[in-house]
Amino acid sequence: MAATHQTRASGRFVYVSGVVLLCAWVLVPLYFLLINTLSSPEAVNAFPKSFIPEFDLGSLTFFANFSGMLSALKNSIFVAAITMVLSITLGAPAGYALSRFEFRGKETFRFLILLTRAFPLPLLALPLAVMFIRTGIDDTIFGLALIHTTLALPFAVLITFSLFSGIPMELEEAAWTLGCTRLTAFTKVVLPLVLPGITASAIFAFVISWNEVFAAAVLTIENRTLTAFLLQNLDTSPLHLKFAGGFILVVPALVFIFAVRKYLFAMWGIANR
Amino acid sequence: MAEIEIKNIAKSFGDYQALHNINMTIQDQEFMVLLGASGCGKSTLLRIIAGLETATSGEVWIGGRRIDHLSPKDRGIAMVFQNYAVFPHLTVFENIGFGLRMQKLPNAEVERRVYRTAELMHIEQLLKRYSGELSGGQRQRVAVARALAMEPDVILMDEPLSNLDALLRMEMRAELKGVLAESKTTAIYVTHDQVEAMSMADRISVMHQGRIAQNASPVEVYRNPSEKFVAGFIGNPPMNFLPAVVASTGHWSVAGCEFAGPDAQATTIDFAIRPEDVSPSEAGISAVVRVVEPLGAHLLVTCDVDGHLFRAVLDSDLAIRAGDTITLAPQLDRIRWFDQTTTQAIC
Amino acid sequence: MNNRTLPYILILPVTIFLGVFFLYPFVLVAQQAFTTGAGFTLDNFTKVTSHWKFSTSFKNTLLLAAAVVPVQLALALLMATMVSNMKKGRDLVLYVWTIPLGISDLAAGIIWLAIFEQSGFLNSMMHGLGFIDRPTNLISYQSPALVFVAIALAEIWRATAIMLVILVAGIGLIPKEYYEAAEVFGAGPWKRFTRITLPLLRPSLSTALVLRVILAFEVFAVVQALGGTLYPVLMGETYKYQFELLNGGAAAAIALIILGISIAATLVILRVLRVPKGASI
Repeated sequence: MAATHQTRASGRFVYVSGVVLLCAWVLVPLYFLLINTLSSPEAVNAFPKSFIPEFDLGSLTFFANFSGMLSALKNSIFVAAITMVLSITLGAPAGYALSRFEFRGKETFRFLILLTRAFPLPLLALPLAVMFIRTGIDDTIFGLALIHTTLALPFAVLITFSLFSGIPMELEEAAWTLGCTRLTAFTKVVLPLVLPGITASAIFAFVISWNEVFAAAVLTIENRTLTAFLLQNLDTSPLHLKFAGGFILVVPALVFIFAVRKYLFAMWGIANR
Repeated sequence: MAEIEIKNIAKSFGDYQALHNINMTIQDQEFMVLLGASGCGKSTLLRIIAGLETATSGEVWIGGRRIDHLSPKDRGIAMVFQNYAVFPHLTVFENIGFGLRMQKLPNAEVERRVYRTAELMHIEQLLKRYSGELSGGQRQRVAVARALAMEPDVILMDEPLSNLDALLRMEMRAELKGVLAESKTTAIYVTHDQVEAMSMADRISVMHQGRIAQNASPVEVYRNPSEKFVAGFIGNPPMNFLPAVVASTGHWSVAGCEFAGPDAQATTIDFAIRPEDVSPSEAGISAVVRVVEPLGAHLLVTCDVDGHLFRAVLDSDLAIRAGDTITLAPQLDRIRWFDQTTTQAIC
Repeated sequence: MNNRTLPYILILPVTIFLGVFFLYPFVLVAQQAFTTGAGFTLDNFTKVTSHWKFSTSFKNTLLLAAAVVPVQLALALLMATMVSNMKKGRDLVLYVWTIPLGISDLAAGIIWLAIFEQSGFLNSMMHGLGFIDRPTNLISYQSPALVFVAIALAEIWRATAIMLVILVAGIGLIPKEYYEAAEVFGAGPWKRFTRITLPLLRPSLSTALVLRVILAFEVFAVVQALGGTLYPVLMGETYKYQFELLNGGAAAAIALIILGISIAATLVILRVLRVPKGASI
C-alpha cells in the first residue's frame, strides 16, 4: 500500500501548501503596508525597499500632524457611530417583525430589503446631495450617516431576522405566562440571548460606514471623513501619507472583523435568502 | 376555587376550522387530560385557555371570572411547554423564581418557594446550574418547578413528557401525578399518549378533528366508549370491529356466531370486542392465525376472521402457530355495539 | 395582544426611512437623467455616450468585471472546499481569508500601490533578484496592460472574501450524507464536487455572483488609488461629471447606465443559475 500512502501524503502536502500559500496571499500585502507605515517618510520613498520595518513612527506622526487629518479621522468615527446606532435601532424591530409575524405585505417588504441590497447604492449620493443641500444637512456628519444607514440597513434587518428566528417563540410564551408583558418578555428573555449577535451586526454596520468611499467623497467638503480625505488627496499627497492613512483605515476593520468572526457566516450565509 | 368553564369555543385559522363548538367543565383540583392524535385541536384548546391564542368565538371562565380577553399573565395560570422553554441565560434558581420576581415578591418568599419546589422535583442540587448543562429530564423538572412555584389556580401542560425516553417518561408520569395531587391545583394536561392519559387523569376528554368525542373517567372511556373513534383510539392493541347482521330482533350474527345485542333499526351494525376480552374456547368465532408475537407476558395473535383483521391477547403458555385455526369466545359483558352510519355507541 | 397592528408598527420606521432615502432618490436620479431643465429629453444620454471617454470607461468596466469575477469565483470555490474539509486550524484560516472583508476598497488600492508603485515592493523584489537595475515605473501610461493587471490583482485580493463567505455558508448547508452516499456509489472527489457540491450550491452561487457583479460594476476607489486617470471606469466618470464638471444630469445618466447593466447581469445570472422547483436541499 506504499503507493497509495505516497499519493495520500503528496496530496496532503499539496493541500497544506495551498492553504499556506493562500494565507500568505492575504497577509503579505498587509505586511507591506505595515512596513511602510512603520517607516520614516524617507524610507517610504526610498528604493529599494527593505522587507523589515524600521519601527520608525515618522510617517504616522506626519499623518497625525497633517492638516485636517485628525478631524477627518474624528468625522469618520462619528459617522460610523451614528450609522451603527441608526441601522440597529431601525433594523432590529423590522427583523423581529419578520421573524415573529405573518402579515400582509410581508413579501413586498422583504423584496424592498432585497432591492436595497442589490442596487448600486453609492449612486444615490447624487440626488441625495441635492436633497441635503435643500434641507441644510449637506456636508454634515449626520447627512452622510443617513446614506450609510441606507447602505447598512438591509444587513441589519436580515441579520437580526436570522438572530430572532433562532430564539424559539416558546421562550417568549413562557415569559408571558410567568407575568411578563410583550415588552418585558422581549427585554428580559429575548434581548439577553441575541445581544452578542446584535453587537456583531452593529460592528458590521460600523465597518461598512467606516470603509465607504464614494458617497463620503461626493457629500463632504468641509467635514471630510477619512476616506474622502484620502481619496481627494490621492494626486497631491506624498506616499507616506497615503500609506499611513491606509493603515489607519485598515486596523480598526481588522480588529472588528476578528471580534465578529463567529457571526460572519451566520450573517452572510443567512443574508442569502 | 379554580373551576374552569369552556363555553362554545370555536377556532378557525383562515378557512381551516380547528375547533368546533367546544363545551367543557373542569372541577376544582381535577386532573383533566385532553387526549387525541396530532391535529385534533387539543394543543389549540390549551393555548386558548392559556391566552396564547385567541378563540374565534366563545368564552373561557376560571374560578367564576371570565378571562378570555385577558393576557396570559392575568389569568392565574402557569404553563409547562413541550420543549420545556427553560431560559438558557438564567440559572435554575433564577428560572424557577422568574415568575415570582415578576410579581415582585419579597426575596425571602422567592427563596422559600424556589427551594420548596426544587426539593419537590428533586433538583435542589442543580439550582446554580444553567440549562445547557442539564439533561432533558432535568430541564423538564425545572419547567414543572417553575410553574408550581407560581402557586397558580390552574396548571397547563402541553405534552411535557413527549420528548423524554420511554423509561424516564414512565418515572416522570408517576412523579408528576403525585406532585400535582399534593399541590391541589387544577390541571389540564395535553397528550397523544393514551397510556399517559389513562394513568394520570381524573377525567379524559378524547378529541377528534376539533370536537370532543367523549369526556369521562379513564375506566368509563375504556369500558364504554361513546363512539367508534374512541373505541379504536383507546387500548393498545385497539378494539376489534366486525360487521354484525341482524338474525332476529335483538340477536345478531357475527362471523357465523350469534350474540344477543341491542334492538336497533339498522340491519347491520358494528360488533366490537377488545383483544384482551377474548379467550380460546370450544364454541365461538373462528379465526385463522396469521402472525404470533410473543410479548413475554402474553401472546399477541393477529388473525383473519371472515376476511377482517382481528387481534387477540392470549395466555403466553398457549401453543399457537401461524396457519392454525382457533376458536375465540368473547366475554359477553364486554361486547360493545356501534351504529355504522353515526359511529355512535348503541346501548 | 395587538397582534394585527404590531408588525406594521415595527416595520414602519425602516419603510419610511428607505422610502425617503432610497426610493425617493432613485426616482430623482431617474428624473435627473432624463431632463436638462427643459423637460424630458435623452440629451444627457447622448452627450454622455458620445463622449470619447465613455466607450473606454464602459469597455474598461466590463473588461475588468469579466476578468476578475470568474477568477474570484474559482478561487472562492477552491478556498471554500478546502476550508470545509478542515478540522484543526479552520477558525484561524477562515479569519485570515476573510480579513479583506473589512478592508475598504480605497485601503486595498493603497495597499497594492505599495507593491506596484515606482519605489514599491515589486520593484524592490525584482531588483533584489537581479532582474532590473533601476526601478521601472510599472503603472504608467506606457504600460496599460500592467495597470490593468495591478487593478485586477487588487480587486481579486480584496473581494474574493465576499464570495467565500457566501459559499462557505452554502456548503455548510449540504448534509454530509449526500457525499457519503455518493462515495458509496463510486464517485471520486472531483465527481462529488461537480455532481453534488456545485448543483446544490446553485442558490449560493447565484447570490454570490449577483452581489459580486453589481459591486464590480461600481468599482471606483481601487482604480483611483492605483491608476487614477490611467484606467477610466464608469463610476469614476460619474464622480467626475458630478464633482468636477458639475453636470448633475450627465452624472445621473451614467448612474442609470450602471444600474441598467447591473440589472441585466442580475437577470442573466438568476436565469442561468435558477433552481427547478423542489430541487433544493
